[in-house]
Parts: sequence; structure tokens; C-alpha cells
Amino acid sequence: MRLPCPICGERDVREFTYKGHAVALDRPAPNAGDAAWEDYVHLRENPAGETRELWYHGGGCGAWIVVRRNTVTHEVLGAELASEVAE
Amino acid sequence: MRFSGLKILTEGLTGNRGWTPHWRDPAPKPEYDVIIIGGGGHGLATAYYLAKNHGITNVAVLEKGYLGGGNVGRNTTIVRANYFLPGNSEFYSHSLKLWENLEQDLNYNVMLSQRGQVLLSHSDGQSDALIRRGNAMRNQGDDAEWISPEYMRKNWPYLNFDSPRFPIYGGLMQRRAGTARHDAVAWGYARGADQRGVDLIQNCEVTGIDIENGVVKGVQTTRGAIRAGKVGIVTAGRSGQVAAMAGMRLPIESHVLQAFVTEGLKPCLDTVISFGMGHFYISQSDKGGLVFGGDLDMYASYAQRGNLPMVEHVAEAAMTLMPMIGKAKILRSWGGIMDMTPDGSPIIDRTDTDGLFIDCGWCYGGFKAVPGSGYAFAHLMATGTPHKSAERLRLDRFRTGRGLMDEEGTGAQHNLH
Repeated sequence: MRLPCPICGERDVREFTYKGHAVALDRPAPNAGDAAWEDYVHLRENPAGETRELWYHGGGCGAWIVVRRNTVTHEVLGAELASEVAE
Repeated sequence: MRFSGLKILTEGLTGNRGWTPHWRDPAPKPEYDVIIIGGGGHGLATAYYLAKNHGITNVAVLEKGYLGGGNVGRNTTIVRANYFLPGNSEFYSHSLKLWENLEQDLNYNVMLSQRGQVLLSHSDGQSDALIRRGNAMRNQGDDAEWISPEYMRKNWPYLNFDSPRFPIYGGLMQRRAGTARHDAVAWGYARGADQRGVDLIQNCEVTGIDIENGVVKGVQTTRGAIRAGKVGIVTAGRSGQVAAMAGMRLPIESHVLQAFVTEGLKPCLDTVISFGMGHFYISQSDKGGLVFGGDLDMYASYAQRGNLPMVEHVAEAAMTLMPMIGKAKILRSWGGIMDMTPDGSPIIDRTDTDGLFIDCGWCYGGFKAVPGSGYAFAHLMATGTPHKSAERLRLDRFRTGRGLMDEEGTGAQHNLH
């Protein structure tokens, strides 16, 4: 599996660390309550098909990227810098 | 039909013409008392214990493929009860006791081989932690034994005892642990459930769960609607999709775990060895193949196959532990889909919908749990109260933070187990 880093281009998956579904970009407010925090920390859509997830390019440029990927076929559909998605 | 030595002898002498199918192939009825979604090991065991322990026989097991076609047929067949934390320890202890009487109970040869399992230690600190775990296991009545490097050198002289990075200091052995014939476990439970009147319905995919005013009414399937008073979701690997039909989100991410087997070799490994530092474990099958596995690929996947970096990592760990394995050829590799929970421990619980129950989150430890899970889930579905061996396997522990069972001590977050 190769991931297309927006800065470095297509690179081997071994250069990246997986963080999980891209929910980390929607962090709730500190006082949002138990349900919102459980949703954020633990509960997952866990789709069989297309998903959006966070990867860290530690073996390259050090950027956090949001990868669109198919969890059934391992096909990689695209990637953007997390800093740009979050804005 | 009952299996026995006499039956095998008689059939052998009369041309094997008297064997009959192990279970019926019924069409679904319009209504059941209980529907089990998922015809894997856990689902079949649940149906068996519903019938045997609770007398509930108007039960259907709905399987979208064929019986035992998922993880119960894709694992590395290891059975053990060497967990440390309350919640897990009593559950797996109970499950191992069920394993020990399973063949007599089912009248089916699941080829349970109590050849032992050893966890290796590579430092004084790790030895202390393993001995503490062993004491906890013995305190609750299970067996655990510290074995020395000298004992290991005598029995498994090919291990790399003097590796500069991972010298072997000793190991924690559970002699009652071992392996079993994984397919036979599914088949034995299927046959036992069928004999007690349970309908095992294959090629029947559940496409929806009918809920009215917070009460479950039945399911929609590719073979029509089926009504039921109680529905159990037992679809580890695909729990998220089925739970979504009931409007639930689960604390689960699905990951792929790979396993490998070599060509058949002469007997050389008479136990199960776990090399935790390399995320590596190995045993030898009755056919002679060395069966081994490693860690998760560490990204969400439903592909039932992994990628090459983890193959390389597992091969490196194998060479680190037992360099002689370099002479063997890997015959096959495969992957299974793991329901990974944030704390690495399973869930057997009711849901917010009346009559809807869920058994999921088995991470990479589901096979050894098959009897205990079926037993406890059947108890919960039949009586409405958790079985005492599984009362801590709660769905709400992540929200409340009470009763998390994080064996590795890495924190109850996704992707850390």
C-alpha cells in the first residue's frame, strides 16, 4: 500500500503512522458532556468501504494527512494535508 | 447419529455408507423466539447453549455465507486462560473449563490438544510481571508454572537463547492451554444445536433489524422478513455494519490480522510459544506445518488480507526467535478481520433496544473464547441477567470509564492494542 503525501508524493506505507478515523479533526468542547466525548474518543462509523483517516508522515515530511481509502479493497483514493482540511 | 469408536469401526467395515449429514438445511420460518445473527463459532455456541442450558429451541442462526466461514476458520487455533485482569481472567478461566469437556459434551472430536503455552521473558522486570500474572492465575484456580531457560534448552534447543537483544530469561507456562481443530469447533456446535431443534440457515444475509418503539420485532433478510422476540448480534469482524442497522455506533474499529503456515515438517515444536516482544507466536499443527502469526497491520481493513510490511516484520521476528525457521518455506498466509475495542477486551451485553443483545469486540482473542462466549451470551439472552463469568464485559465501560480491561496498560484508545 502506498499513500500519496501532498508534500512528498506517493510513498511506502511504512513511512506513515496510522492514527485512525479522521474524527480527531472534530474535537468537542471540553464541557460538551459524556456523550459527545464518548462519541469522539470511542465510537466509530467503522465503514466497510470508503473512509477518511489520519496518517502521520513521520518517515518523511512530518505532516499529518487525511487519506481517503477503501477499507475493503485497500484502494487509496486521495490525500490532503490535515492542516488545510481543519481550516 | 452418535459418534463412537464402535461406529467408526462398523462404518469402516461396511463401506462408510451409514454416515449422514451433520445438520439439516431448513428454510427460514416466519417467526422464532430467538434469532442469532452470525453463524460463526460464537453464534453457533450461543444457539447450542440456549437449547441445552435454557431449553430454548425455537431458535434460528442466520448466516450470510456458510457456517464457520469467518474468523473461526481463519485463526491460529490457540486455547488458553492466562489473562491477568478481573473481567477477562474469570471469563477465560470459565471458557477453558468448557473446552476441557467439550468433546464429551458435543460428542464431536474438536481435537483439543493441551500441549501448553509459554510466554517468554527477556528481562528481570518482565519475569517479575509474568510471575505476578502466574500467581494471579493460580489464585483463581488455574494452572501456571515458571519454567527455566535450562528446561527450555532441553525441550526447544533451537530457540535463540543468547540473542543480544532478546535473551531468554524464562517463561510462564500454562500446561492446560493448547490448540484445537478450529473448523470442528464450529461444526460440533452446529451439529449439537441442530440436534436440539435449532434452525441453521445459511446464505441468509440480514439486511435490516426491525425495531418498533424501542423494542426489537425481527429482522429483514435476503430470504424474507423473520419475526423474533429476541435478536442477538454475534458478527465479530462485521459488528459495526450489523449494529448500524439498529442505529448503533460501537466502540470498535475493524483491523486485519495476518497468519501464516509453513510446509509440513517433522515434529519439532510440542507446545505454543509466544514471543511477545516480537508480536510473534508459533505452534505446530498435527499435519506438521508451523502455524504462526504476528501483530495487526495497524490500519482499518475489511480485506481479509494484509500487506507486505507486516509479513516482513513477522518473518524477522520468527528468525529472531528461532533461526532454524529460515529453512522452512511459507506455504500460505491469510488475514482475518478483528473487532478491535479501545481497551482490547470484548463486549457481551444488552443494548438500548429491548430484546436486542450484542456479543462483539473479540479483538484477536475470539477463538479460545468460543465456548465461554456462547455460554454467557445464551445466559444473558435467556435470563436477561449477565452470566457471572461475563458480567464485566459491558458495553458502557468506555463511557463511564469504570471496569476498563486494558491488559497491555497502553490506555483505552483505538489503535493501541
